[in-house]
Amino acid sequence: MRRNPIAQLFFYIGVLAIALILLFPFFWMLGSSFKTQVDIIAWPPKFIWKPTLANYQRVFGEQNFLQYFLNSTIVGVSAVVGALVLGLPGAYSIARFKQKRLAIFILIARLMPGISFLLPWYIIFSRLHLMDSYVALILSHLLITLPVVVWIMSSYFEAIPRELEESAMVDGATMQRAFMSIILPISGPGIVTATTLSFIFSWNNFMFSQVLSMQKTKTLPIAVYNFVSYAEVDWGAVMAVAVAIMMPAIILTMIFQKYVVKGLTMGAMKG
Amino acid sequence: MVKTGFMERHLRVIFPLPAVTFVVVMMLFPVLYTLFLSFTNWNLTSGMPISFVGLRSYVRVFSEPRFIAAIGRTFAFTGMAMALETILGLAIALVLNREFLGKGFVKLFLLLPLVATPVAVGIVFNLFFDPTIGLANWVLSTIGLPKSEWVSNAATVLPSLVLVDVWQWTPMITLICLAGLASLPADPFESARVDGATGPQILAFITLPMLAPTILTAMILRLIDALKTFDIIFAMTSGGPGYASETLNILGFKYSFEYFKMGQASVMLVSLFIIVLASSLGIMKMRARSEG
Repeated sequence: MRRNPIAQLFFYIGVLAIALILLFPFFWMLGSSFKTQVDIIAWPPKFIWKPTLANYQRVFGEQNFLQYFLNSTIVGVSAVVGALVLGLPGAYSIARFKQKRLAIFILIARLMPGISFLLPWYIIFSRLHLMDSYVALILSHLLITLPVVVWIMSSYFEAIPRELEESAMVDGATMQRAFMSIILPISGPGIVTATTLSFIFSWNNFMFSQVLSMQKTKTLPIAVYNFVSYAEVDWGAVMAVAVAIMMPAIILTMIFQKYVVKGLTMGAMKG
Repeated sequence: MVKTGFMERHLRVIFPLPAVTFVVVMMLFPVLYTLFLSFTNWNLTSGMPISFVGLRSYVRVFSEPRFIAAIGRTFAFTGMAMALETILGLAIALVLNREFLGKGFVKLFLLLPLVATPVAVGIVFNLFFDPTIGLANWVLSTIGLPKSEWVSNAATVLPSLVLVDVWQWTPMITLICLAGLASLPADPFESARVDGATGPQILAFITLPMLAPTILTAMILRLIDALKTFDIIFAMTSGGPGYASETLNILGFKYSFEYFKMGQASVMLVSLFIIVLASSLGIMKMRARSEG
């Protein structure tokens, strides 16, 4: 189809506007993280300034920032690995035996307001002296990562033709053997989707960590939130922390773009 | 196969068992416990033992003006956010639904808000909305409009929070609609064009009806999360100024972890769950109808 050049021009202006609106908060955050406090509170806002690394030096130097980074990583990685171990066989069984009710049961975790489990957890973990422990935090994050893994992987397994396992089983392999040695090795793309998305969800989680973690296991979203709660907001430092928090998720998204899109949209696509 | 082992015969139970056990222990029991607490007047700070009070916590919560106001706000926030996100998200998907230079980049940009840490997003927007130094007011005054107090004023706080939600979640609707558009069959469009249908006619009578189930599913996914929105509100205003942005989830959080009124908090959480469930089922019904 030939297009009228004026319409084409308007189209590209529209696309540019969409891109700018999507990116602008990131640019402003990144820019402000290289500003001094004086430049940040200047009116009118400065679009050109002398960049400074002082915010990053302050944040990475003085604060326990690396500890928080490590905490987020420990919790996220453990919650994802746990969700894969628990969720992959479950998802396979849901796909092969059409256990629809089971799928819905696990997905209800997505529907529930998080506080309705957080409140009992808080009471129980306090009694067990597990507040501010990695165990409590990882268990709570597993409830975020597990439904994602089950949801994504059950539809992935469903799309794998049954003949693959059946031919192996004719040759004498058990079904669990077929799952381990035939299905899992070809499920790489699905596992990458599930891993990336569930890790990002755990990484970004605020509510569970806010209640269950304290000084020792504090994760990054809590750290950035606490930064602001101090009397006077050190905007430059806050923006530097915000950049540091978002970077891993953004880098993962750039690397696994195709998989992330698939994971986010597949819920809506299947019947 | 002559003989099958125990594992083989019971695979449909054994394979899902670890996941199901986990969900029962970590979700089902806690939720039942919350339900149980809603029939008590337990207050963690009072040191009194739990006493069963029947529906009294429900009566107290339902006659609490702060709770009623929070329900209204939850619906107002969700309604505004979903209306804007659906319309904008769909419109952007329709615009982007063709091949053009840089499409790959735009699709990547659409993903970024979705993976950005909500708490950090909220804080970045707080800098944006700051009445004295924020860029938002600079934009307003540059184009000749009066300045606004954004999230610092009870009258403007909710729409301002909606703006943040719209920025972060509209791309989700767009991506889902784009995937839906890509999977539509080509035939109806071709025959409509052969019959001389105009662009708007094709949009109204072919594209939208065929896309309706996808749009409604996207709306369900958004609805579930919008009703429960917590991170950006908590990070930006903690429900303030006053109670002006206190939604049900925020109020439930405060009753749980600031006032430790477990009984009443549980009533609020049960209510929120029922609202989420009922609204999702409502849209699912619409979706079933749209598929005919």
